[in-house]
This record gives sequence, structure tokens and C-alpha cells, in this order.
Amino acid sequence: MAMIQVDIVSAEGEIHTGEAAMVFAPASMGEVGIAPRHAPMLTTLKPGEVRVQDADGNEEAFYITGGMLEIQPSKVMILADTALRGDQLDEAAALAAQQQAEKALEGASQETDVARAQAELEEARARYRAAQKLKGKR
Amino acid sequence: MAGEKEIRSKIASVKNMQKITSAMEKVAASKIRKAQKQMEASRPYADRIRRVVGHITHANSESKHPFLTEREVSRVGYIVISTDRGLCGGLNANMFKTMIGEIADWQDKDVKVDLALVGAKAVAFFRRLGGNVVGTATHLGDRPTVNDLIGSIKIMLTSYEEGKIDRLYVVHNQFVNSMTQTPLVLQLLPASVKHEEGELQEHWDYIYEPEASELLDSVLMRYIESQVYRGAVENFACEMAAKMVAMKSATDNAGDIIDGLQLEYNKARQAAITQEISEIVGGAAAVSG
Repeated sequence: MAMIQVDIVSAEGEIHTGEAAMVFAPASMGEVGIAPRHAPMLTTLKPGEVRVQDADGNEEAFYITGGMLEIQPSKVMILADTALRGDQLDEAAALAAQQQAEKALEGASQETDVARAQAELEEARARYRAAQKLKGKR
Repeated sequence: MAGEKEIRSKIASVKNMQKITSAMEKVAASKIRKAQKQMEASRPYADRIRRVVGHITHANSESKHPFLTEREVSRVGYIVISTDRGLCGGLNANMFKTMIGEIADWQDKDVKVDLALVGAKAVAFFRRLGGNVVGTATHLGDRPTVNDLIGSIKIMLTSYEEGKIDRLYVVHNQFVNSMTQTPLVLQLLPASVKHEEGELQEHWDYIYEPEASELLDSVLMRYIESQVYRGAVENFACEMAAKMVAMKSATDNAGDIIDGLQLEYNKARQAAITQEISEIVGGAAAVSG
């Protein structure tokens, strides 16, 4: 029986890798079933279950929060998202990051004081070098 | 010369410090391995998505996506990834030096710089020295997640789409090996993703669902995110490596100090004994005389 290679990966690591007789995935336009020698295809996935069926008909299910699906005749690659995504959620995350920045940098200047930064870093380096020298002497 | 007792308590306190630094060294050493594994784990995703971007740009070559087109630069964005904690040698200082160099270069060209900061150290640094900070993310812990970074990335991508910034970079430390870490400045946008030549000759293409251009949007976004995530993970590995080296040398230094103090202690003790003997001898001489 023809088999198809299935890899489910996320940015944070591999989730599943192995061979399957059939794979079902929740594509954004409706669920797709992928058998070996499927035409190359690329689509987005919505949150849902990816089911991997082996030759004996046993199913293994993986819940994903969305992502991308790439199909090649002998290979299925699922690039899973690691977080629940959506424009509004992303906006909320952006807003949170912005607010955190405002809170953390309250009162700080908008322009970077390059000269002072360089002086400070130079001083830190000098101190480090001096410590190294001191260590060598002992 | 300090008294015996004082020296003894000094030795005890340095020994305590040595215990702490050597414990920190061991903790860092064990965390490096985990961080390196995490780095490895992020590779398949990054490689794959890079290839997919290559394919779609090829398929959709008639309309150029803004993320892929160069434009004139009047403002740039930087995502600066630093550590949350100190005691890791010159790791952050070296990166800030690179960063300040970049800012100075842009200022010379009259280009403004927006910053998104990751890690408490970068926040503290730019709080002191100023900078147009549009987003921060701190306290990522031992396992940075994409979720922690989405907010800052989204801000930068939105301002890129709106034309507020014309280029986006990410700055983090590169893990060369456990002894060497170097600051790395990487251009994220406009992205230069090339499709591999060999694949172009084969006459096949994907079926796209929905449109290729829409897919390109979401793929590019995830591509940028995976790059920044990789940076965060790599920087964490760097932090642990630098911490291990710094703590090792602190432990060695504490050992040297203890040796020196021990010598001083022996001298002080010997001096006290000598003095006692000479007093006894003097006393005996006075009685017998």
C-alpha cells in the first residue's frame, strides 16, 4: 500500500513525524483528506484536528491552532502555529506590547543619546579590561 | 595586619560566594544543552517556511508583495533581543555597542530609528539612554515562545505595512560555540528569499487555496516570526553560555582570593604565636633574673 510521509512541525519543535495511508486536515476552505500522490497544494489551516491514519486504519489525532499545509505527492508538511491566531488577537498582543513599553519607559527620552551610550559602554569595557589585567598579575 | 578572627570570617564569606557562583555555573551548563535542543527544534520549521515563501514568490511574481520590495529609507525598525538577567559577562554590553553603532550610522544619514525591545536588560539600557521604543517583551523565561513575541513583531509589521518604517532588522547574539558569542544584525524586511534554481526547471506548481497573494501574506508573517523566535532562542543559549564562562571565572577568582586570605591568616596566626612565646620568655627571664 502506498504511504505518504507526514511531518507536523511548529516553530517551537517537531510535533509528529511518520508515515500514513491517509491524512485529514482542517483547511480554511473545508476539511481535506490527503491520500498518497495527491497533487501539490498549499493552503492555510484553521484551528482543529489533524488526523493521521496508518495502513491498518488506526487514527492518531493532533490538535493544532491553525497554520499552513503543504502537500507534495509523497509528503505532507503541516506548519502548525503555536498560538491561537487571529487579527484581533494579534492586535491585542500588539497593544499589550506597546502599553508595556510605555509603562517601562515612562519619562525616558525619545532620542537615543548616542554619545553618552558610547561613553558608558567604553567605560564598561575599560573596567573589564582592568579586571582582566588584575587577574593576570595575581 | 588584620586579626585572625576577621580573616577567618572573610574566608568564610568568600567561600559562600564561591558556592553560589559554582552552583550558577552548573545550572547554566545544564541549561545550555536544553537551549541548544530548542534551537535545533526550530530549524525544520524555518527551513520549510523559507522554501514555501520561495515557491509562492515564484508563483506570484507579477504582483510584488511590499514585504519583498526595497524602498527609500526614512525610518527603520529594530527588534533588539537581550537577556532578562545579568551576570553573563559582556554579552549584552557587546550587543548594545553594535546597536549604538547602528543607531549612530542611521542618525548620520538623518534616518529615525524605532525600537522593539525583548528582554529586561535592553529595556533598562534604553530607558536610561532614550530611544523611540514602540514595544517591549520581558521575562520570557527559560523557554521563549512565539506567543511572547507576537505583540512586538505585529507592531513592527504594521508600521512597515503603513509605511512608517522602511526596513526592519533583528539584533541578537549569535551562538558560535560555548566560548564565543557575537552580536548579529539581520535584515528581516524587505525579505530577500530566493527560490532554489533547481526547482524552477521542474514544471510543477502548487494548487493555491485561497489566492496565492493571500497565502503569501500569512506565510511571510510566519516567516518573520520564526526568524525572530529563532533569534530569541539563540540569544538564550548565548546567555547561558556566557553565564557559564562568567561564573566559572568568578569561581576561579574566589579560589584565588581564598588562597591569598589563607596565607594572610597563617601569617597572622604565626605572628600571634611568636609574640606569645617572646612574652613568656621575657617573663621567665625577668623572674629568674
